[in-house]
Amino acid sequence: MDNPLGTSPDEVQFRFREDEVADHATVTVDSCCDQTNATAVRIEPGDDARVLLPFLDRLALVEVNFPGFADGRGYSAARILREAGYTGELRAVGDVLIDQLSHMRRCGFDAFAPDKPLDEEDAARAFATWGNVYQRADDTSGGRRKTIAELRHD
Amino acid sequence: MYQYDQYDQAMVDARVEEFRDQARRRLEGKLTEDQFKPLRLMNGLYLQLHAYMLRVAIPYGTLNSRQMTALGDIADKYDRGYGHFTTRQNIQYNWIKLEDAADILADLAKVEMHAIQTSGNCIRNISSDHFAGATFDELVDPRPYAELLRQWSSFHPEFTYLPRKFKICVIASERDRAAMRLHDIGIQIVKNEAGEIGARFFVGGGMGRTPMIAPMIRNFVPLDQLITYAEACLRVYNRYGRRDNKYKARIKILVHELGKEEYTRQVEEEFAHMLDIGVEPPREELARIAEHFADPTFEYGPKTVDRSDPDFALWVDRNTHRHKHDSYVSAVISLKPVGGIPGDATGEQMRLMAQLAKRYSFDEIRIMHTQNVVLPHVQIVNLPALWSELDAAGLGAPNMDTIEDMIACPGLDYCALANARSIPLAQRISEAFDASGKTEKLGELKLKISGCINACGHHHAGHIGILGVDKKGVENYQLSLGGSEAEDVSLAKITGPGFTEDGVIEAVEKVTDVYLARKEGEERFLDTYRRIGMEPFKEALYG
Ligand code: HEM
Ligand code: SF4
Repeated sequence: MDNPLGTSPDEVQFRFREDEVADHATVTVDSCCDQTNATAVRIEPGDDARVLLPFLDRLALVEVNFPGFADGRGYSAARILREAGYTGELRAVGDVLIDQLSHMRRCGFDAFAPDKPLDEEDAARAFATWGNVYQRADDTSGGRRKTIAELRHD
Repeated sequence: MYQYDQYDQAMVDARVEEFRDQARRRLEGKLTEDQFKPLRLMNGLYLQLHAYMLRVAIPYGTLNSRQMTALGDIADKYDRGYGHFTTRQNIQYNWIKLEDAADILADLAKVEMHAIQTSGNCIRNISSDHFAGATFDELVDPRPYAELLRQWSSFHPEFTYLPRKFKICVIASERDRAAMRLHDIGIQIVKNEAGEIGARFFVGGGMGRTPMIAPMIRNFVPLDQLITYAEACLRVYNRYGRRDNKYKARIKILVHELGKEEYTRQVEEEFAHMLDIGVEPPREELARIAEHFADPTFEYGPKTVDRSDPDFALWVDRNTHRHKHDSYVSAVISLKPVGGIPGDATGEQMRLMAQLAKRYSFDEIRIMHTQNVVLPHVQIVNLPALWSELDAAGLGAPNMDTIEDMIACPGLDYCALANARSIPLAQRISEAFDASGKTEKLGELKLKISGCINACGHHHAGHIGILGVDKKGVENYQLSLGGSEAEDVSLAKITGPGFTEDGVIEAVEKVTDVYLARKEGEERFLDTYRRIGMEPFKEALYG
């Protein structure tokens, strides 16, 4: 393996995309800025996701690493990329657990590669936790989903 | 007051089901205690010295009689017959069994209540002025804004794993009765020169081991950008707040380390970006919420009352607050009987307060951060009847804002982090001052006690503060003077070496004697201290 950092397609347990699973070796945020041909990158909690904004067009996969589930910086990273129009795969990797899935999904993650595989049934229930939502987030952008306040005043 | 619609109810019901499922997975061994801990914390379940504690949210401290009755019933059914009202306008039950937790949450959900986000590193229950919607001196009722923020901050997908807990407070008058500037975000609703209503943002206040007063970072945020601005403040914090050291993780440290200017610059940049993205709820939503807080139908009646009973007259003078309608007052029910546990109420007392609220206060109740209860809208003509019922139930202590009206944290009697006991000390101080009759002479004097450096008892903000420290395994108390959490906010200064339990009570006697001897005119303890400084007090203590 030339890149011990990246997850492989078969580690992806949940995916909400129609396209082929991107099988790219990911590079760090720093090398992504230097290497003009990199198409996959991995964000660590301390990285500034905005550094990637000039390169979004060429990226097909962004992995956001959660070394510990209680470090919530990756949620902001995900939203920042989606707000900037990134449409490629956004994969949550690392210490990804059942109870973070619904929030991660709302922030724009559409693929999940947990360190330890999760119980499929528990996960299905977790993804469906919120029938409706209070806040605007990635899932409400482009009219895909209405917030509760919008439903109230429809 | 605000009432859930089907959407709010569905959110709370979903959360109860989610927690049931989490508890099941914990019992089946699918979740480790490490993984379960933040989940139970987000549902208000703490592990204390002797048992689990459940903290129930009372949004901006407002509740109705049905909810108060349910709180009383929970105290009887699942706890030992009482509950503890906290400085965050919430209630805590100290003797809860893990097996009962999901059932309690379900009981709460039936009366539109929950324990969501009452602990954990997320946005906590929003606090507000306990006289909101009733007091003569407010610009508008701050609670619609607090409710808007409550909905926004509930299950926020981006801000559930912040560096540390996050507390927001909203007020709408110049008088600060909610310690607004000691919150992570303090919002004051103000009017600008053009006569428009907007929000002034103070960010980075807090108590704990590094107390800080929040600096103002934005003078005026238009109301239709309130949520957007809050979101920008939070995103900067979520991204850059320190995560390497739990003791430096609060937003106050970030604002302090970056400097107010740099933090503000980053927020403004994020804010401009978010205005483009669009995160604000539709404007009509605020109007919809505000309808829930419309005034009840006040009636004209007598503006004075027979004061021939001196006990009653004292209670009226001490425990009522001027209302915006001159036939009404807000009445404070003291949970500080002499020698009692500050903030405790029995199930029976809670049910009685509920009945009285129904009869005399348009079904409305408030919890104060000073751990007392308010009936916000009492017609003056009804005060004698109200007082005699309160008095008969041991709820008539005439001591609001006096030295007997202490804030005390749970301390070593309950808390695993404590260095020293707070409750017995509070009990002894109130007994001593009541016995010597000095309480009345001292007037407004805010004494606050914390059992350790975490400052749950607001000791930094006490006119007199007491902090429990551990001195070679012996309980020891540090005294500080000159704090305030009101509009004249300041942090108290330590007097010098600490005292034993007996010694600190004596020390409080001494500093109050200095005040009585040096007081000029109508000065409060705090005013005298500010005028004459620390030296005379030090002299009396250590001289
Ligand atoms: C008995 C269990 C409790 C534990 C283990 C506990 C723990 C803590 C800790 C660790 C802090 C410091 C947080 C920080 O600075 O980052 C803190 C702060 C605080 N706690 Fe508690 N607490 C408890 C009970 C209470 C109670 C009963 C109240 C209300 C009466 C309360 C109100 C507060 C307040 C107001 C703060 C200060 C917030 C600030 O720093 O801005 N706590 N608590
Ligand atoms: S101040 Fe310390 S002793 Fe008191 S409740 Fe907070 S953590 Fe416990």
